[in-house]
Amino acid sequence: MPLTTELRVYDHDETPPGTWPVFRVMDEDGSLRDPSVGQSYIDSHSPTLDEAHAIKMFRTMARLSQMDHIFLNAQRQGRISFYMSSQGEEAVHIGSSSALTLQDTIFAQYRETGVLMWRGFTMDQFADQCFSNKGDLGKGRQMPVHYGSRALNWHTISSPLTTQLPQAAGAAMAMKLKAKREGKDSSDGVAVCYFGDGAASEGDFHAAMNFASTLETPVIFFCRNNGFAISTPVRDQYRGDGIVSRAKGYGMYGIRVDGNDLFAVHAATAKAKEIALRENRPVLLETMSYRVGHHSTSDDSTRYRSTDEIKKWTEEDNPIDRFQRYCEGKGWLDDKMVAQIMDEERMQVLQALEKAEKKGPPELSTLFDDIYKEKTPELIRQEEALLEHIAKYPEKYQGGGH
Amino acid sequence: MNLFTAVNEGMRQAMKTDDTAITFGEDVAFGGVFRCSVGLREEFGSDRVFNTPLCEQGIAGFGIGYAAMGGTAIAEIQFGDYIFPAFDQLVNEAAKFRYRSGGQWDCGGLTVRTPVGAVGHGGHYHSQSPEAYFTHTPGIKVVMPRGPIDAKGLLLASIRDPNPVVFMEPKVLYRAAVEDVPEGDYEVELGKGEIMRPGRDVTVVGWGGQLRVLEKACDLAASVGIECELIDLKTLSPWDVEIVSNSVMKTGRLVVSHEAPITGGFAGEIVSKIQEECFLSLEAPAKRVCGQDTPFPLVFEKFYIPDETKNFEAIKEVVNF
Repeated sequence: MPLTTELRVYDHDETPPGTWPVFRVMDEDGSLRDPSVGQSYIDSHSPTLDEAHAIKMFRTMARLSQMDHIFLNAQRQGRISFYMSSQGEEAVHIGSSSALTLQDTIFAQYRETGVLMWRGFTMDQFADQCFSNKGDLGKGRQMPVHYGSRALNWHTISSPLTTQLPQAAGAAMAMKLKAKREGKDSSDGVAVCYFGDGAASEGDFHAAMNFASTLETPVIFFCRNNGFAISTPVRDQYRGDGIVSRAKGYGMYGIRVDGNDLFAVHAATAKAKEIALRENRPVLLETMSYRVGHHSTSDDSTRYRSTDEIKKWTEEDNPIDRFQRYCEGKGWLDDKMVAQIMDEERMQVLQALEKAEKKGPPELSTLFDDIYKEKTPELIRQEEALLEHIAKYPEKYQGGGH
Repeated sequence: MNLFTAVNEGMRQAMKTDDTAITFGEDVAFGGVFRCSVGLREEFGSDRVFNTPLCEQGIAGFGIGYAAMGGTAIAEIQFGDYIFPAFDQLVNEAAKFRYRSGGQWDCGGLTVRTPVGAVGHGGHYHSQSPEAYFTHTPGIKVVMPRGPIDAKGLLLASIRDPNPVVFMEPKVLYRAAVEDVPEGDYEVELGKGEIMRPGRDVTVVGWGGQLRVLEKACDLAASVGIECELIDLKTLSPWDVEIVSNSVMKTGRLVVSHEAPITGGFAGEIVSKIQEECFLSLEAPAKRVCGQDTPFPLVFEKFYIPDETKNFEAIKEVVNF
């Protein structure tokens, strides 16, 4: 795919000829591909890209990376039941999340941990959910990585893919109409929904694109194209030019970005949000990157791809390394600092893991809450019957869950 | 007024009292194929009453997202026969939205309205009653009015209920059913059935358009001295177990009737529950009078449907057991 250093979000009537180009600011070695143009994106980076902010972004990527390593191991040790890592997409997460605010409402898929991390979800909260303990905001109801946080304007993850896309269009409509009722020029935020290259094959993708376009809603459709849907490579997923090329067919704006380039992801997300807010129109944003890790702890990706390929993406084109090199070039990081940051973040993650492991499960009484807002007579009956039964077999029903 | 006007009035009342309320779906802008949304766009504007593309999964998903942000979404699925593309959104998403979030999020502001039921010439795809697929799903409510008065009140209650509701409107009644519908704002309580006529000999249970058939069956029964207690469930999920069990404890006999096919139909749930709760009161096995286990046929509709004569026979059977 051709690279471009020009940040351009194409409208449907002016799409690029041939393969949609990939927007990049920073090359693999951390240098600006086109220094003058690249510098302008860095200068307009908001919040201001000073040393403190750069370190914060690097540290968050480091925390995500440490969390992935440690939680994967925790699953292998049988301490948590399941985990999904985000290796290779750290820049996609932190780059996009740092261009959004808590006024933006987020609908994610399952491989966006860093986005939520940047928004303020703590390691304790991540660990609590993965351990399904009494601290889990989701009350232990779903598998690990199905995070949700009302406070951080992050809708709870659900396993069925792509269902969140038309929901994001509806949420954006709610925000648009609310702003109108309040006499504002534009809404306070946009809806952003993240999804993968595989999820984009579902019918709900088509439904959402069409609804967002015809109903004119301020939503960013953020496709993380990482090359795989479990074992299915993109060649078996679609034959068109990736996902962004579909924007034209729906009458939408589109932009394709180098997902391993923190600055490019950030700048493109900020631009997409600006357009969506100003015009109340959706934008399709596609990041190109590589899923370094397995699909999940239930997958061994060496069964369908070569270890050489994985090695190449880990060592030669790694989003964390790329940003680290940029920061080293600015004198903001060196090997010692990087090692220290990695160590500090590792300790934080380990502590959260240990703390979460010791917390017990939620109260059994929560099993029958929240099906409806109120507890129905039949649910009350079922709860009573279950408690009676448990009282007869106390040993069998000790403790919670797995 | 008739049923479609009552539904129209219900939506009007909901939209007057809640400025986040919007109504959308295929063809709702010009008034809807059954005229349920006539005049709403003129009164409330194109921001609040609008057509969507032809896509049920989109309609449902969009409605869920709108409601998740605290808005009131009145979504229309043009025919209940076409609700299935939206099944994933309704069953996997809407029904579980609150529970899976640990109570942080909800889409209680969502109401999905859809016409259902036999119409004389609808065949496979304009006659279905899909209630049983949804009553099987914890987290959504299923409501079906029997006439205009109930339609307006139940619809208002459904829209305002803090849970996602699938509101099924018996399409054959849109024009045919005419009642004295009260003006203004009123609600009919969800989760509560109604005894339409009391009786001592047998409990007869139904919902929606089927109650007109059952009224005729009860009249036939009366002509041979059998007194039927006729119950309209109104809400199928959660259903009013108490009103039916109290009745069966008095009568000792139960007939349940619905248009949908008998196997796996909602009558099975009612009969199972009642035999659990009222076994010693039962004087006869309960009887279900339902559609055949066939796709809804066109030319043989009158043979397929659970009409008043089939119900009359069932009533006599349980009484004479």
